Amino acid sequence: MLNYIKLIALALVTLLALIAANYARDLAYLVHAILVAVVAGGLFIYHLRKVGDKNVAPQNEYNDGLIRMGVILTAFWGVVGFLVGVTIAYQLAFPQLNFEWAQGYMNFGRLRPLHTSAVIFAFGGTGLITTSFYVVQRTSAARLWGGGLASFVFWGYQFFIVLAATGYVLGATQSKEYAEPEWYVDLWLTIVWVAYLVVYLGTIMKRKEPHIYVANWFYLSFIVTVAMLHVVNNLSIPVSLFGSKSVQVFSGVQDAMTQWWYGHNAVGFFLTAGFLGMMYYFIPKQAERPVFSYKLSIIHFWALIFIYIWAGPHHLHYTALPDWASTLGMVFSIVLWMPSWGGMINGLMTLSGAWDKLRTDPIIRMMVISVGFYGMSTFEGPMMSIRAVNSLSHYTDWTIGHVHSGALGWNGMITFGALYYLVPVLWKRERLYSLSLVSWHFWLATIGIVLYAASMWVTGIMEGLMWREVDANGFLVNAFADTVAAKFPMYVVRATGGLLFLLGGLIMSYNLWMTVRKAPAKEPLVTAVPAE
Amino acid sequence: METYSLLRQFADSWMLLFLFAFFVGVIIWVFRPGASKEYKDTADIPFRHDDKPATDKEART
Repeated sequence: MLNYIKLIALALVTLLALIAANYARDLAYLVHAILVAVVAGGLFIYHLRKVGDKNVAPQNEYNDGLIRMGVILTAFWGVVGFLVGVTIAYQLAFPQLNFEWAQGYMNFGRLRPLHTSAVIFAFGGTGLITTSFYVVQRTSAARLWGGGLASFVFWGYQFFIVLAATGYVLGATQSKEYAEPEWYVDLWLTIVWVAYLVVYLGTIMKRKEPHIYVANWFYLSFIVTVAMLHVVNNLSIPVSLFGSKSVQVFSGVQDAMTQWWYGHNAVGFFLTAGFLGMMYYFIPKQAERPVFSYKLSIIHFWALIFIYIWAGPHHLHYTALPDWASTLGMVFSIVLWMPSWGGMINGLMTLSGAWDKLRTDPIIRMMVISVGFYGMSTFEGPMMSIRAVNSLSHYTDWTIGHVHSGALGWNGMITFGALYYLVPVLWKRERLYSLSLVSWHFWLATIGIVLYAASMWVTGIMEGLMWREVDANGFLVNAFADTVAAKFPMYVVRATGGLLFLLGGLIMSYNLWMTVRKAPAKEPLVTAVPAE
Repeated sequence: METYSLLRQFADSWMLLFLFAFFVGVIIWVFRPGASKEYKDTADIPFRHDDKPATDKEART
């Protein structure tokens, strides 16, 4: 019965998408309508061929097929996102790379949201969905709930990525940072996200352990909060049902506040809470010891959740936002320092008594430096949110440096660590193909981040000081173009750092690929059979 | 009273009190007697059931 409903729905979607393609008012909408029609039509044929098949999911096994796919796609999106990042970094240093023949498609303005979304939502998001599905099964001792719904979540999210990415290049954007996709892509993501929550909760509800392990708390807060942020920040009315353009419901300072309430909590709940969930499972597993303090994990969870949600207004110092609101944001950002470091201490101290592993295990080293970068950027962030510091740092490259020490250092490194842990487990290999390649990756990535962050500190502070410099008569000393010219050497260093990071990602992909192909297979588990 | 003032007043009185009390409650709850023993068991969850889901017989309550 369900199969027939599916077939009817897919046929309808295909038909409607083709009608929409016929009436399309702009290129992005046309391409997306055709994409929807092709995918829905393909799925229709796929399901039609399967009619009558009986596939019963074995309840005594974990659903790992999706997770294997997710590991591959996380590595893939990582490399794609880093590559686009390196490209735009060189475009900033050498504007000639905004080729004339590619104007309107491949210039900096179009590629920049492609880069941010590719690393945050494609690399980070796929990594989060993949690891959360892995962790929730293991810590609940139950197979993923919902059968095909989990596949829908996984592939639906991938389709969202494709729609978002093609949209940016073709110019469909509502120009809200980190929330660029237009209205119909937002609607699609809402459906996928609600299904994600249902699958996750369903699995937790049928758990065979009395307690919900702390990693699941963090993953759940990430899922729930992102749903709320996404819906509120994307309230918009399409200009036409057959066009990609939409108009925001909020306007002016209300819109700005909503945007940065969303933006900062995307950092707080997507890039922090979600990845802390990753940390709370994979660091104990790799270190082979339980978390340092379970009590601390609970307290810093609630502190983090309660405080992060208020920090957004620090993005709007010296704007039309009332002073009290931006002061509130600033104070909460500083208070946030402590719960953030609670997580850092818990992650680092999990290694207490096993510090020697840092010398022998490059994967642990990767996870530890990721927690180190987490600690560093959660100190830098509160400091930059202080109004006086912000008057220097805001709109400069310092912000970009801060974001990247968090994203490359914390999110990137912990995800790499999780991937290195997962591949041998999922493909039943004894070990990784090469540990020395992991070391190469570790050092390339670390040196890359250091080059990136250091050059952005220098250029950011320089730029900030040049902007505010006035002569004896109160006139500005520097034109904007002067700062651009002065930043050139630092831009080259930054792009080089990014290149090293990309190189590390490629080495990882090769290493993981060879692990699947060449590393010795693990002996199948033989349960002891009692002698007759 | 218009909606803004109403919500604003609620937010900086009862809601603030509730959230604060909730948070203090969490801290007290975490340090309740017998918590350490229970959390030790909970913290070990990742080291069980690596390969297979638990059967109904193995389920812990």
